[in-house]
Amino acid sequence: MAETVHPAEQAAHGEHHEEGWVKKYLFSTDHKIIAMQYLFTGMAMGLIGAFFAYVFRMQLAFPGMEVPFFGVVSANEYNSLITNHGAIMIFWVAMPVLIAAFGNFLIPLMIGADDMVFPRINRLSYQIFFISALVLLASFFVEGGGFGGAWTAYPPLSANAAYSLTPMGATLWLVAVALEFVAFLLGGINFVTTLMNSRTKGMGIYDIPMVLWMIIIASILFMASVGPLIAGAVMLFMDQQVGTHFYDPTRGGDPLLWQHLFWFFGHPEVYVVLLPAMGIVADIMPVFARKKLFAYRTILWTAIGTGVLSFTVWAHHQFIAGIDPRMAHVFTITTLLISIPIAEMCFVYIATLYGGSIRLNTPMLWALAFVAEFLIGGVTGIFLGASGADIYFHDTYFVLAHFHYTFFPIAIIGTYAGVTFWFPKMFGRMMNDTLGKIHFWGTIIPFNLIFIPLFVLGAAGQHRRIYDFTNYPMLAEPWMQDLRVLATVSLVVMLAFQLVFFYNVIVSLVRGEKAGKNPWKSNTLEWTTESPPPHGNFGDQYPTVYRPPYEYSHPDREEDYWPQNLPN
Amino acid sequence: MSSAARPIANLRSATGIPTGRLAVWWVVASEIVIFGGILASYIMFRLAHDAWTVQAANTNTTIGAINTFVLLTSSLFAVLGHANAVDGNGKRAAFFLRLTALGGAIFIAIKSYEWYTEISHGFTITSNTFWSFYYTAAGLHALHVIAGAVILLLIARDAAKNLELHRVELIGIYWHFVDIVWIFLFPLLYIAK
Amino acid sequence: MAEAAAHHDEHHEHPNYVRIWAILLVLLIISVLGPMLEIRVVTLLTAFGIAVVKAYMVAKNFMHLNIEPRYVVYLMATMLVFMLLFFAGVAPDVMRFEGDNWVKPMQSTAAPGTLGHPDFVPHGEAGGEHH
Repeated sequence: MAETVHPAEQAAHGEHHEEGWVKKYLFSTDHKIIAMQYLFTGMAMGLIGAFFAYVFRMQLAFPGMEVPFFGVVSANEYNSLITNHGAIMIFWVAMPVLIAAFGNFLIPLMIGADDMVFPRINRLSYQIFFISALVLLASFFVEGGGFGGAWTAYPPLSANAAYSLTPMGATLWLVAVALEFVAFLLGGINFVTTLMNSRTKGMGIYDIPMVLWMIIIASILFMASVGPLIAGAVMLFMDQQVGTHFYDPTRGGDPLLWQHLFWFFGHPEVYVVLLPAMGIVADIMPVFARKKLFAYRTILWTAIGTGVLSFTVWAHHQFIAGIDPRMAHVFTITTLLISIPIAEMCFVYIATLYGGSIRLNTPMLWALAFVAEFLIGGVTGIFLGASGADIYFHDTYFVLAHFHYTFFPIAIIGTYAGVTFWFPKMFGRMMNDTLGKIHFWGTIIPFNLIFIPLFVLGAAGQHRRIYDFTNYPMLAEPWMQDLRVLATVSLVVMLAFQLVFFYNVIVSLVRGEKAGKNPWKSNTLEWTTESPPPHGNFGDQYPTVYRPPYEYSHPDREEDYWPQNLPN
Repeated sequence: MSSAARPIANLRSATGIPTGRLAVWWVVASEIVIFGGILASYIMFRLAHDAWTVQAANTNTTIGAINTFVLLTSSLFAVLGHANAVDGNGKRAAFFLRLTALGGAIFIAIKSYEWYTEISHGFTITSNTFWSFYYTAAGLHALHVIAGAVILLLIARDAAKNLELHRVELIGIYWHFVDIVWIFLFPLLYIAK
Repeated sequence: MAEAAAHHDEHHEHPNYVRIWAILLVLLIISVLGPMLEIRVVTLLTAFGIAVVKAYMVAKNFMHLNIEPRYVVYLMATMLVFMLLFFAGVAPDVMRFEGDNWVKPMQSTAAPGTLGHPDFVPHGEAGGEHH
């Protein structure tokens, strides 16, 4: 029974009843509404995370100043700001936007289904996610303030209120993260099951658009890696609130255990957010190069291989934590190995561009920027993966700049690429291309000006998580302070340019050109229905798939694209 | 929750496995790594700390064995419920599901008595890291038993009216998984002394 | 429910579940009796060997993994392999009691009054007692 079509599929799906605004937009089970909820919640959290970055960068560039909109930053507030900046950007921005928002919006549309398989679990997933965000935000206002033990939450700092000074904040932070995990487990099971079972007639596994494969692989990676950390979080919670000593070496526990539990999840997590961004880029490039995606199957199997390999590299975060040096050798080798498949994927993307008829619309600019910037992040990772070099670089701003050169392309560039590309489908109107390009250059240039100076500072020995560098004469030389000011000013400029994006969104929603069904002349199934798609997505007639998703500029055809659902 | 409200996506089956069952297998997969994480941590600690043998000698093997018996038997009832659901006999399926839930309740009752005895003898969750693991791992498992029993009763209510009979198998798979976790917890916490 | 029924049309009779349950009980009794011989190898074998057998029987017969498509079995096995990998990567650190510039005081054989000793008090209020 490879392709069973239930008789109910023939039945009309037109029962339309008017629902109130609250039911329709806040408690909807429609995958498109839930996607928007995730998208807007993620972007709102992104603004909070960006505000935190602004506050602590101001403190670093101008120590002790009264930061506009915040005030003087105390040392404890500084710790809390950097901790929650990291946690928010990964758990409440990158994951909800890249996986949950795009996954929810695209999976049913791209496979020709009317919804996810479990719409109510989908709604529950968002509700739990929303509560987790509220718990996190609440943690800033309890006694002692928000948790300040870094997003990695290493014990004993995180396990003992006597060290962290945040008796409630640490626990609320942990609860918020755990709830977020539950939300994404529910969502991930829904995604994987939907893609496996609900593909429309004719859609074989190699006809699935790459972005869906990437979201699914990411969901599976998340599911397989987060378990030990959930167990670890329960143990950390017990240490905080019940008084056990799982992570206390003086009482028979082991702080290294947490580091292992955390990074066994934490490293695959990098690929959990990377792969969806890679998939978005893979779906955008063929459309704007008017050329078939180069080596579809190679990308797919490379992504799966990367996923498996990502489970074997975690301890490269712990080279100086006192781990067994022989294990450090093993993890150096696996870490350097994993750069091969990722480099291969970047080459494949460049090969897709080769000989294409390239259009530099805003989504394409973001996609190209993703590859260019991510390469810098990947190459600097080589130094950190080698245990010898890492002893010097560990916990410096070099590490920080490295992972911002990976996470910024993933979470920010990937999101903007996806939003600008699918905006016509989501809202039915085109975005303004000129404003889009102003926003693009206003983001990319300051981004490099923030983090290239931080690479230099890191290589000069500037350590992370220091509140005030003027206390350290070696780190307070005038040229170093100048670079810090340059980074901070660039950040402010970059944040200011985000206003262009929000202006563009609002203006386009109101006055934008009507998009029509398929403004980009793209092949995949979501472009065969109305923009925005109606409830039920495809009306009475579900599309049938006849070919892979990237048949552009086919020699036998007059038009340069060939939608998946056309019989010939 | 009539099946008419279900999306068409839910009714397709490109893999040949019914959607609900496929999802339950993914739930089990994600649970394997949760319990795997805590049990792997426990085993490492246990192998490294010979001194824990002294603590482990205080666990009650008899009670552990009785609880294993209770869970194994409840698993039998769950699978008999499934067999009846396949034959379309919702009433009997519901009867067996309720027996399964009763097994879960007895398990929890015995567990409560056991913990009460141990705590009153001074073996609390903070007295030693062995006991921390003992209470945390078994407690995490007990939470799964309680959740499973509640779901069993909810499904039994529908099954008695011959509704949603395919769910009988789904909760069964989950319940057997919880049983398997206990099958490993039993030797780890009780027998190995 | 149509799906479940359709699936089971392929194999009409159910296995004898009560018999499997009886075997599981016998195995349970053996695993309880095994340690009474007080031979370490026998204890380990009856405890964990039998746990594996019991888990296999429950998974195969009660969870019906034997009639699921193969890849469900592979999925479960993959998760177990990840856990073995986790164990292999972590055990060399967690099962040691001292390494590069660190000790776990509870287990170390360090001399009294030094950092490694369990009764060592960092601020020295009680440091003199052991001399």
